[in-house]
Amino acid sequence: MGRKNTAVRRKSIWKDKGSWELLLLCIPALAGYIIFNYIPMSAALVIPFKEYKFSQGILGSAWCGLKNFRWILTSTSMGRVLRNTVAYGAWFMIIGPVVNVAIALLLFEIRNRKALKTYQTIITFPNFMSMVIVGYVTYAILSPRTGLLNQILTGMGMESVDVYMNAGYWPVILTIVTLWKGVGMGSMMYFASLMGVDGALYEAAELDGAGRFQKMRYISIPHLIPLVCIFTIMGAGSLISGNFDLFYIIPRNSAILYETTDILDTYVYRALASGTYAMGATVGLVQSLVGMVLVVATNLIVKRISPENSMF
Amino acid sequence: MKKKKKLNWFNLILHLFFILLSACFVLPLLLVISASFTSESWLNSGNGLSLLPREFTTNAYAAVFKNGERMIRAYGVTMLQALLGTVSGCIVAGMAAYALSRSSFRFRKPVTIIIFFTMLFSAGMIPTYIIYAKYYGISNSFWIYILPGITGGAWYTMVFRTFFKSLPESLFESAHLDGASELTIFRKIVLPLSTPVFASVGFMTLVGKWNNYTTSMIYIRDENLYTLQYLLQRMMEEANFLKNLSQSIMGNVTMSTASLPSETLKYAMCVVAAGPMLLIFPFFQKYFSQGLTIGAVKG
Repeated sequence: MGRKNTAVRRKSIWKDKGSWELLLLCIPALAGYIIFNYIPMSAALVIPFKEYKFSQGILGSAWCGLKNFRWILTSTSMGRVLRNTVAYGAWFMIIGPVVNVAIALLLFEIRNRKALKTYQTIITFPNFMSMVIVGYVTYAILSPRTGLLNQILTGMGMESVDVYMNAGYWPVILTIVTLWKGVGMGSMMYFASLMGVDGALYEAAELDGAGRFQKMRYISIPHLIPLVCIFTIMGAGSLISGNFDLFYIIPRNSAILYETTDILDTYVYRALASGTYAMGATVGLVQSLVGMVLVVATNLIVKRISPENSMF
Repeated sequence: MKKKKKLNWFNLILHLFFILLSACFVLPLLLVISASFTSESWLNSGNGLSLLPREFTTNAYAAVFKNGERMIRAYGVTMLQALLGTVSGCIVAGMAAYALSRSSFRFRKPVTIIIFFTMLFSAGMIPTYIIYAKYYGISNSFWIYILPGITGGAWYTMVFRTFFKSLPESLFESAHLDGASELTIFRKIVLPLSTPVFASVGFMTLVGKWNNYTTSMIYIRDENLYTLQYLLQRMMEEANFLKNLSQSIMGNVTMSTASLPSETLKYAMCVVAAGPMLLIFPFFQKYFSQGLTIGAVKG
């Protein structure tokens, strides 16, 4: 058997019909990636160095050196946008896995199958809703005139609040919304992974007198670490780019709230909407490059510490 | 005896916690549904929404269905783009992933790099828009929903590949020796064995495409080509859009502006637009978690 394999490997590349057929299977995907990903990418490398005018096209527009990059450095709103992006990115990167793992561990303690399924289905529900629908839900709660929150506040004799006019509330609101929407699926993945733990491990631990929390601490949590690592590496780029849907839809793109809700992605979208293409493309390029560096660097660090948990 | 009692306490708190948590998920949805049945005059006279509809009325729904053409059209566009996009994406990504899962594939390395590099680096919204709109001319057409997503995406390709790798390679080798081409092997052997992963990825893609509004927002100007979610977003964003909409819905029927549902109409539209799918989706959620856990295996 081994011999035959090496014989196959040594065959001339032109006679290796199987490989060519397999390449043929890749052609639609490769064509798609080149046309719809790589060509825009090459445009992304050029446009930031141009005085881009839509009518003149990419090649027709004049070069302008580093002008667009210098403009980013001097732009007054850039500091605020960058601060928001990184702060939210870092915060979500910590709070997300913590909450998801916690919920998964608690779900794992539930022995009643029916109750378990019910809880899981309910908390997973928002995952299937678009952010637009979530926007309606938050509006029904927070709306200054008719929202439920103000009903409760005034009912308790407190001052009513208009959160859509006050930027200070938004870090809290956005955290709650993102957890509300994501915790079901987030915890489900960790939960599914816990289901794969060899039951004998827990039994052995029980025989040795381990309690509930010791089992969590010494069996369940170590089992989840690789998964947490992979998601962290995958999500490392989110430090420099956020969930556009969340930051655009939930605060209703309100300029009053930009102080705490404007991130690079919404900023770039506004550049697109207002036709300042080159500026937006410059921000986008910096974002993509930094994001790539972050992912690779995180992967390298994880690889250093525990090679088996790295992504590539 | 003592131990058993302790256990029950823990269980009680555990269930209490999850019941409260579940309430945090159900009540907001209930609020939206109740809002859609509340009468507009109740809201206009300075009252707010509550968990049970006040002055119960189905006026808002009557308004939605009176001239539901726009909604039906948006439903049609959304469904068509979601189905076509999902099927084509799954096939294209599945074929590539199958090739990448075969150790005898000589071009595995370069193809892998080309595909997975797109996970690391992206062109960004603006250059993509410029290329698609100015050079390909696919903006403001139905194709914008299908073509850019035809590859199925690198992440799902990885999910497929991980799954195919778990199939015994000897199966493919013997078929290959029998003279079957790789395309035939993919069609006749791989596809039938891989229904779980196709169901998972297909369902995840479908949900993503169903909920998509950004494509419409960025590329579509023609209102007839809006997806459902973008139609909803426009309603939330623009008071004028809503006013025009309710006027076209109510037509010549003379109604006092007070009884013209606007705030409640929003919520009714939201329920009509979101309801059907939200009732169906949870039943398929196991495919969701399956797919995500397959993909999370180190590749």
